[in-house]
Amino acid sequence: MEVGRLPISASQRGKLISAGYTTLSSLSSLSPSDLALDLRISENEAAEILKVASLGSRLDEPEGGRAIVNGAQTAWDMLHEDEMFPRITTSCLDLDNVLGGGINCKEVTEIGGVPGIGKTQLGIQLAVNVQIPVDYGGLGAKAIYIDTEGSFMVERVLQIAEACIEDMTECNGLLRKDFQAGQLKMHPNNILENIFYFRVCSYTEQIALTNYLDKFISEHKDVKVVIVDSVTFHFRQDFDDMALRTRLLSGIALKLMKLAKEHGLAVVLLNQVTTKYIEGSFQLTLALGDSWSHSCTNRVILYWNGNERYAYIDKSPSLRSASAPYSVTSKGIRNSASNCKRIRMM
Amino acid sequence: MANKLIREIGLPKSIANIFAARNIVTAKDALSLTEFELMELLDVGWAEVTSAVAHISAIVCPPYQSALSLMEQRVQNEHLAGHLPTRLKGLDEALCGGIPFGVLTELVGPAGIGKTQFCLKLSLLASLPSSYGGLDGHVIYIDVESKFSSRRLIEIGAKSFPEIFLTKGMAQKMSGRILVWRPASLSEFTERLQQIKVSLHRNEVKLLVIDSMAALVSGEYEQGIPRQHPLGWHVSFIKSLAEFSRIPIVVTNQVRSQSRDEACQFSFQVQRWKETKEDQARYGSHLVAALGVHWAHAVTIRLVLEAKSGQRFLKVSKSPISPPLAFPFDITASGMSLLSDDGIDLTGPDINAIRSQGHSDIINFTGESLQ
Repeated sequence: MEVGRLPISASQRGKLISAGYTTLSSLSSLSPSDLALDLRISENEAAEILKVASLGSRLDEPEGGRAIVNGAQTAWDMLHEDEMFPRITTSCLDLDNVLGGGINCKEVTEIGGVPGIGKTQLGIQLAVNVQIPVDYGGLGAKAIYIDTEGSFMVERVLQIAEACIEDMTECNGLLRKDFQAGQLKMHPNNILENIFYFRVCSYTEQIALTNYLDKFISEHKDVKVVIVDSVTFHFRQDFDDMALRTRLLSGIALKLMKLAKEHGLAVVLLNQVTTKYIEGSFQLTLALGDSWSHSCTNRVILYWNGNERYAYIDKSPSLRSASAPYSVTSKGIRNSASNCKRIRMM
Repeated sequence: MANKLIREIGLPKSIANIFAARNIVTAKDALSLTEFELMELLDVGWAEVTSAVAHISAIVCPPYQSALSLMEQRVQNEHLAGHLPTRLKGLDEALCGGIPFGVLTELVGPAGIGKTQFCLKLSLLASLPSSYGGLDGHVIYIDVESKFSSRRLIEIGAKSFPEIFLTKGMAQKMSGRILVWRPASLSEFTERLQQIKVSLHRNEVKLLVIDSMAALVSGEYEQGIPRQHPLGWHVSFIKSLAEFSRIPIVVTNQVRSQSRDEACQFSFQVQRWKETKEDQARYGSHLVAALGVHWAHAVTIRLVLEAKSGQRFLKVSKSPISPPLAFPFDITASGMSLLSDDGIDLTGPDINAIRSQGHSDIINFTGESLQ
């Protein structure tokens, strides 16, 4: 194992290597004062380096011979865990079906489409649906809504929340006609209260918020969905240095993915479209370029197909590529056929 | 917040000095680098860098609000919960009270359809005293195409609100609140926008109209896709203007004819390319909004004005609160009026199509009736 992998400053690393300490084992038997003398640094600094080094070598040792790579999981365990995690319904049965039951927790899902197709609507719908109580097949959790565009409309959230409660009451009536006890105690205001709204006004704030989310979610443990509407906006204006843009975006994507894994929550990124010249004609494609398209686990594209809105699974490691119709009604996202307004529950 | 100085956010002195020595002055500078780059540049360990970045992030990050408190604030502090009523009953109902504060509302349509008429009416409504349902404020009207007509403005006022405009001196007072400014070029417009930001608060401006946005770039806007949008900066600046002064901003957009291989398909849809082409021919619509898809993403509400077989329609084509609806309308002496307050539901390509069939007939007709 190389000293180069230790998380220490460049000058300390340089001193170690020039003094001949290239492996961790060469550091293991040293005392801080020896090292301090050797590298001509303070004893405190030397103690710091040794602490980091011993931590590094411990991580490298196989634990009880069982795990070959530390921190890894077997595929079987992962399957089991996957099944444990609930999914957030979109309120559209067809869409849920192609998504394998809804938006997956622990994963980053990117949703893109032309202006006016319903991206913000879907975002708001998910922020409401994540709050459906466990008794009704939901998660009973809270939502974070990160608005970069200023298109979040509280009036609309209220409409969707009211419709959601209405649907649950209806379902309640069907399931347990005889019981009075199963009354639903939920008010649209409760739903609104549990949506944490951040208004982000520059890309710096967006990066800062991404860094800060980890702490925020540790304080608000029941957040199960983070919606970014849209991830694109600030990165599309005023950006001359495309290499910097790519670097910052991939940094954000990595942090969000880590967030999704660690806290078992769904991250939904909304993206805009742009035009691209492919094979002799202009075509629509999601914005932010090719390297960005690698950074999300799932990618869903919303588009017009004739008179209907469709969602297409463009990329997913587990779902087959398929498309499903949906519609945006006054109640929110619903099945495309108007007679079928049943919401997926239990 | 992004330009906060690193030395003033309470980092430990030792690390703050290292940042200063490496010329990383603002939070923006620091957050534009990855943690690894910072380690190399500052020559400090991983633990210090991560804790410094976490601290900077926590300071720069905007505060959160629950959606409930957001709504309560709007209802409490703002006239009609933050809407400018258009006095077109059907449209107001669809938009939950009118043109919302704090966002961009766009009007798209062919020349002569009534975009400017609608803007004039809105300017009047914003300047009316609150006892008459107005916003009782000043209006800044940026008239790029030199189409603003004071005479028409007074005419609309006199016909729609005779009780106010026939009172002596009121017409002068109302129209005195509307400041018209005609920029000569995009650069002048850019310069003035920044001054407007300052004056928005001072002068109690309650509405900003830009008629039209497309005319600003039409000379400079080439077919094809530029790497950076010429209005990129303006888009975010105007949006933030709306947001922070909490006023409605109305912009108009022209139309242009669709070029042959215009992108309107995703790559997985290509096999249906021919089919859609025929569809479009059947609908007879070859018009698209002059500012492209990038701009369309930025506006929150898009209203399309179009003409179909001799009848004008106002369509709510993009809105986070309203389903797509179409209202037949007419331009009368008192401005725009809806022929029916019940919107017609729209589906599919109809929502975004801009038609101008039989349009020239109506222009002649209304042109006469106005005189």
